[in-house]
Amino acid sequence: MKLIKLTAMLALALAMTFAATGCKRKVLNPTPLPGQRAGTPGGTGPQFGGDTGVPLRQDDSAIGKQPGGGELPTNWSRETVNTDAARFEAQTVYFALDSHQVRDTERMKLETVAAAMNSQPNLLLIIEGHCDERGTEEYNRALGSQRALSLREELVKAGISGQRILTETYGEDRPAVQGHNEAAWSKNRRGAFIAATPK
Amino acid sequence: MKSFLKLSLIAALAFATVARAEDVIEISKTYVPGSTPPIKVNISGFTGEVNEVLNFDLYVMGFINVPADQAQFLISGSNNGSVQGTVTDRAVASVSTGAGNVNRVTGYTRLNKAYTGGSLRRQAHAFADDIVLTLTGTKGIAQTKIAFKSAAAGSGEIYVSDFDGHNAQAVTHDGAIVAAPTWVPGRLALYYTSYRLGSPNIFHHDLSSGSRNAFARYPGMSTSAAVSPDGSRVAMILDKSGNPELWVCNADGSGLKQLTRTPEDESSPCWSPDGKWICYAGKQGGVRGLYKVSASGGAAQRIYTRGAPNPSEPDWSPDGKWIVFTSQTGGFQIHVVPAEGGTSTLLVDGEDPSWAPNSRTVVFAKRSGGSRRLSLLDVPTKQVKDAARISGSNSQPSWAK
Repeated sequence: MKLIKLTAMLALALAMTFAATGCKRKVLNPTPLPGQRAGTPGGTGPQFGGDTGVPLRQDDSAIGKQPGGGELPTNWSRETVNTDAARFEAQTVYFALDSHQVRDTERMKLETVAAAMNSQPNLLLIIEGHCDERGTEEYNRALGSQRALSLREELVKAGISGQRILTETYGEDRPAVQGHNEAAWSKNRRGAFIAATPK
Repeated sequence: MKSFLKLSLIAALAFATVARAEDVIEISKTYVPGSTPPIKVNISGFTGEVNEVLNFDLYVMGFINVPADQAQFLISGSNNGSVQGTVTDRAVASVSTGAGNVNRVTGYTRLNKAYTGGSLRRQAHAFADDIVLTLTGTKGIAQTKIAFKSAAAGSGEIYVSDFDGHNAQAVTHDGAIVAAPTWVPGRLALYYTSYRLGSPNIFHHDLSSGSRNAFARYPGMSTSAAVSPDGSRVAMILDKSGNPELWVCNADGSGLKQLTRTPEDESSPCWSPDGKWICYAGKQGGVRGLYKVSASGGAAQRIYTRGAPNPSEPDWSPDGKWIVFTSQTGGFQIHVVPAEGGTSTLLVDGEDPSWAPNSRTVVFAKRSGGSRRLSLLDVPTKQVKDAARISGSNSQPSWAK
């Protein structure tokens, strides 16, 4: 009986030694890992199969009336026009923080652009919406869109066809002024008008 | 005599196991965000990169490395040429000796493994995942991937890396503004937004074949793709109707359907794991909130985030229980709220969180100076570690699931 106790203690001590050092135990069945480059992007490995996807059709059914001056034009794009960013540079509209409302102080600029569109029937317009950096990225991308679309809506109300006006958003990706203060931010919350004519 | 010794060894270990049961701390798969204590382990015997990887991986999965006498589990091993290691309980058992009962440290081995192939770094990640699976019953995330954007001077590229930011590789080389990468579940494929053709369009990019095609190229903005958990549908934000709205279509591009029709903007859709709901950031009467709408259409429902104003960038946990999101007050904070809505829990400063497959770790972006970098957060313990960064502003991470 004494012998049993002694061997039990010995066994326990042994077990504790193994646990503490962790290197005397025989390791069974090493786990093989795949090669280092397996599954990395750009490879040709077929393990995930191919998926080419299909471009969306652009001819879906009519959508109900939305703010922003109705559906965006599909018969022209930046690639089919010559652009002139300087022509309406002085008409760049600035917005309040987190807002896409056109302020009364900015309306004269819209009237100038509308007058030019009325007097030159082949003139097209791209409106770029931009934000300051004080928003999350995709929120800002949507806000930039809304700023451009708000300006478009005002021009449509002034009698300009919405099919002559395309909108773009850059969110916070293209600040006009670098900096992390209100002086920079107030210049970055903007809608810029780019004059365009068919190529 | 030899077999007698063996028998008594088994008896001794069995005794130790029984005694150990009194000390076992239950490790539950459910947790309280932000206030669950980490599991204490002691990591010994490893060196250099392997030691760093094990510490990093376990930390962002809810473990903490403490002195051996405070640890619940002892992780020991070596990395001479290859990684091998064991995990043993460090529990106190009452052992009877000639001098009466004495408390002794006992070691019950739960895991004993060695690894071959790959790099030591990959072997260390594999060991970390085996430790997590052994001790929690949940699959680890140390061998998963993330995608993100890195931007500089008005343009950027989409990158894919290990979950910890290491081994980053550019998957685009366009020199254009990019945004909002997201994984196709279970595939080595991404959707992302790129301005390479002028305006923001959504592209599908198969990373194993390298083939890429424009998936949504509408006038105005097409952005923020989110693939349903079964891969059959894609939610996104389109301007085409004249306002930023939430749309959904089939993965082959057919069946395009508008889900919201508001005078405000919608952004950042994500799916419930059962594929029934799409959650997004919206606005009503100038007040920003999280909403959900049935993927087949219908009225939107508010998901309340009490304590977290101006929520955006929601992500629904793979287990369906939580929505993690960004709240904007003065700065940006990561919050989590039960998926049905309620009182939110502040976790850490940061933005644009994305859940790991384990429904507890998230990757997010945080601002420092004028740029952003990626960081990892263990939601139950609030333990945070910065991921490796590449030059430029790293943001909009998406965790492969």
